[in-house]
Amino acid sequence: MLHCGGGMGELFKATLELSADTVRCSGNWTLNGISTLERQLEKFSWPQAIIFDGSAIQAMDSAGAWLLFRTQQALEKAGHSVVLQGFRHTDLLHLVKKYAVQSTTPPSSHNVLEKIGRNTCQAFNNLIDFLAFVGESFVVLLRALLSPSRIRWQALFANLYSAGFTALPIIGLLAFLTGVVLAYQGGSQLSQYGANIFIVDLVGITLLRELAPLLTAIIVAGRSGAAYTAQIGTMRVTDEIDALRTVGIAPMELLVLPKLLALIILMPLLSAFADIVGILGGMLIANFSFGVSVTDFLDRLPEAVSLTNYLVGIGKAPVFAAIIALVGCYQGFQVSGGADSVGKHVTVSVVQAIFLVIVVDALFSILFNWLGIGLINAH
Amino acid sequence: MPIETVIEISNLQTKFGLIHEGLNLKIQRGEIIALIGDSGAGKSMLMREIILLEKPSAGSIKVFGLDVWNLNDKQCLSLRRRWGVMFQQGALFSSLTVAENVAVPLREHTQLSKRLINEIVAFKIALVGLPASARDKYPAQLSGGMIKRAAVARALALDPEIVFLDEPTAGLDPIAALALDELIVRLKESLGLTVLIITHDLDSLWAASDRVAVLADKRIFAVTSIRELTQLDHPWLRKYFHGPRGRAVANKYKEINQI
Repeated sequence: MLHCGGGMGELFKATLELSADTVRCSGNWTLNGISTLERQLEKFSWPQAIIFDGSAIQAMDSAGAWLLFRTQQALEKAGHSVVLQGFRHTDLLHLVKKYAVQSTTPPSSHNVLEKIGRNTCQAFNNLIDFLAFVGESFVVLLRALLSPSRIRWQALFANLYSAGFTALPIIGLLAFLTGVVLAYQGGSQLSQYGANIFIVDLVGITLLRELAPLLTAIIVAGRSGAAYTAQIGTMRVTDEIDALRTVGIAPMELLVLPKLLALIILMPLLSAFADIVGILGGMLIANFSFGVSVTDFLDRLPEAVSLTNYLVGIGKAPVFAAIIALVGCYQGFQVSGGADSVGKHVTVSVVQAIFLVIVVDALFSILFNWLGIGLINAH
Repeated sequence: MPIETVIEISNLQTKFGLIHEGLNLKIQRGEIIALIGDSGAGKSMLMREIILLEKPSAGSIKVFGLDVWNLNDKQCLSLRRRWGVMFQQGALFSSLTVAENVAVPLREHTQLSKRLINEIVAFKIALVGLPASARDKYPAQLSGGMIKRAAVARALALDPEIVFLDEPTAGLDPIAALALDELIVRLKESLGLTVLIITHDLDSLWAASDRVAVLADKRIFAVTSIRELTQLDHPWLRKYFHGPRGRAVANKYKEINQI
């Protein structure tokens, strides 16, 4: 076969030619050849009685055969008489005729009100499901704490390592940089009043009380929360969760509990680590850019930052941990279908976990204010 | 019609795990050739090497006379449009409905109108024996047999000249398996397809194949009709065809043919 410049030349396009009552078909009636013909057919002026002559057709595939069949049907419906002659691809034409079906009608789209209703119901159901999941998790957790032999220690330690130890470098780096930024931004304002030493208060309180636990939670949600959803979700897709059940292992005990416990243990530790490294970053900048020596900084630190501030920060961490682990695992169990669903739920998992962590953090602030565990009272 | 060789594999070697060594095979236009062999003998690997997914260590694979592993991107693309592949698990895109799955190659490679594409898709789905209600279902909502049919429909979307089927009947009930065998034969006859089937299904070998290629000892040991294959003396073939299952199926088809 001749090829012009790699593609099909004009020579091979499917064409129609009308002479008297005979429509001469020629060229390639194939997927590549019929694209222009399809548009021409709509504007074609047909005689009353038509004879299609297919003897000049070079090649035909099922797409071409379908187009011919469709045209023939439409013409007959409009009252024309149609005769086919000289077609060599009779097998193909018979096949198309045999399996001719109504073309797809797009599925009826729901109207706006219906969509709002459906989504509201779904959101409500999801909330109930999530609460049920949280309840079940805590029952399992309590049962495990009462009889520690139920705890899967190997899975727990594996989780401690993967979610905790391997997260140290990234958490350390980000906490360090946050300390640096805080010291720079705060220091440049404070130095206008000659109050450079208050950098210690600023860096210490902000990091210990708020930023270190929040930063840690966000990184853990992105790293481990997403991983939990992906792992459990993929296991759902491949029926591994059901397989666990059939061999008598409760998925909650093997998959959820070790993750939940591991994060609850880890987060205060990671948060404390972030405290130390963050203050180190602030201290470095205070020393080099604002003339607050390391000795002065360390002298001032216990005066400026009370133990309460530290404990408030560390105390929030296990709550954040529980949120991240539960949201991550819950979203994993919600996966159904295939790869697409896994991706969707991983996204939801990370967004929801970070959202809830920040909401809960705000609630904590309000709560502590009411209880009088404020900044000033602490002194 | 003159016999035309569409796939020619010569002296193929796959070093990865030492799977193939000096493998030769010729496949003619318009035949259904079944590829059998032990699990792990490299049947799927051979298919993947032909369809440009896995590069062999040495040797040549020619499809339509073109050495597939020495082509530029453009030639590769036009070659890929001339064959269709059905993977063992179907490999339907899980985020798309059956109709959208079948439409993917058409949307990607043709300039046809949306209406005509929808009609061609509907025809292909009916052709493989799926009900119209299956068109708007997602792969997760389909049974194993329906997934395989939908995968065949997608493989046929561009009216390919060669179709590769990896274990099309595995895991299907006998009725669905028989229907799929019949479908393959019917498609070959009406569309003039060349079909390469990887299979373990003795029924498929008798019902659907023109010739059977046996992959044993790292090469193609024999390529011949199933009837002659049962007469050959080879330890693996003896186990394969003269075990209780092999004999039962063979007797059944010999009886059918006598009637």
